[in-house]
Amino acid sequence: MHAPGPQPKKRLLRLKLNGRWREDAVAEKQLLVDYLRDVAHLTGVKTGCDGGECGACTVLVDGEAVPSCITLAVRCEGRHVETIEGVAKQARLSALQTAFHEKLGTQCGFCTPGMIMAAEALLRRNPAPSDGEIRAALSGNLCRCTGYVKIIESVKAAAGQLT
Amino acid sequence: MTAPLADFHLAQPGTVDEAVAACAKHPGSRYVAGGTDLLVNMRRGITSPDQLVDLSGIDELTALATDAQGMTIGAGVTIAALARNILIADKYRALAQAAAAIAGPSHRTMATVGGNLCLDTRCIYYNQSEWWRSANAYCLKNRGETCHVAPQGQRCHAAFSGDLAPALLVLGAEIDIAGSQGQRRIPLSELYVEDGKAHLTLAEGELIVAVHLPAKPPASRYEKVRTRGAIDFPLAGVAVALTVKGKTIGALRIALTGTNSRPFLLDGTDAFAGKALDDKLLQAIDRLVQKQVQPMRTTLASANYRRLAAAALARRLTANLFAEASA
Repeated sequence: MHAPGPQPKKRLLRLKLNGRWREDAVAEKQLLVDYLRDVAHLTGVKTGCDGGECGACTVLVDGEAVPSCITLAVRCEGRHVETIEGVAKQARLSALQTAFHEKLGTQCGFCTPGMIMAAEALLRRNPAPSDGEIRAALSGNLCRCTGYVKIIESVKAAAGQLT
Repeated sequence: MTAPLADFHLAQPGTVDEAVAACAKHPGSRYVAGGTDLLVNMRRGITSPDQLVDLSGIDELTALATDAQGMTIGAGVTIAALARNILIADKYRALAQAAAAIAGPSHRTMATVGGNLCLDTRCIYYNQSEWWRSANAYCLKNRGETCHVAPQGQRCHAAFSGDLAPALLVLGAEIDIAGSQGQRRIPLSELYVEDGKAHLTLAEGELIVAVHLPAKPPASRYEKVRTRGAIDFPLAGVAVALTVKGKTIGALRIALTGTNSRPFLLDGTDAFAGKALDDKLLQAIDRLVQKQVQPMRTTLASANYRRLAAAALARRLTANLFAEASA
């Protein structure tokens, strides 16, 4: 007879989400994207390809951009997870959000949260990136509406405000 | 078209010994490091282990050190750490170039050296959703009886697509493997066999602990061809390592990935030692590559294109390295 396997279970996950600590009972198999959307109701995090290929689900974990659709939520124990909802401060859009708005870096908007989070990670470690560095940092994010010219312009504009 | 993950238990050991013990306790367990390959396959319903053994909390796997013997790279070192290491960029250039070319920036912060070496093989009939695969009666690699890309063949032709392996092969890397019998060290080439369904020689419950590189490596380069400039796996990836003796080749090693079920060192390059690098020799390299690669078609590229691209990369990298080394 097949030996019974290990029992899957829920565990208490404690993490900092957009600056605030919180605790939730989370199944070990729960993906970070599902935790963020279904438990924390942060639906700015988008599910695109579901396989780590499109970047729409990009969030920051301890400041690093990661695809949340292939990250287990319980592996974020004790870490700081940031989503698009945490970027604006005191109801004011961030420099990147403002730039995407003003430079028309957004069309349908589906890829935008991922684009902004990937760009946010870049600008934090490199406030004055070159075109090549912006392209490299966003190379994991797909936009299906149009091209990337306006998106790259938006990041450059935001970098100008930061320096 | 991906489904929620099936239930599993996540074990989080703190040492390699604990990880091996956790795996031994429940046969069928899988190790997970970055998860950028395994979790995608789990989401596609290709594999659904009862237990995942998480290697990300094991400090001894993240060592990156040099001594008189050379460099030791822990299997848990991330691809991003490898790509930005100045010593590796300087001394083991092919490895740095391969690391920088893996997937996209967000994957590289999660993915690890061990994971890239143990990457599952890929095929257009395999890396699909459960719905898609079941509609095609599955394939030889997963639950089916026929290889749909090579129906006459006797084996699975899924391709190994890791970028680090060819770079490490030309640099002469060895790997440490841990298992319930203790640790063993083998040349990296012995990790792989030419079978897309079972391309790794690791026994159940074994994991790669570290990679060792020699202290005085030859000059090396890596380049790959892919459809999309980021994230995509290679249609063909080639690493070359070369030493020059006077105006002739001292030693030449060429390794390939993306074309066969294993990354492999090209046979027959020993014959080039002592010869000048001219058009005739480059043509000989071209023939060797074309003869030994076995690429299958992908959705966007024909097998022949991949064969020619692999040969072209091998020629170009060899010629460039020789020119630089002779300058």
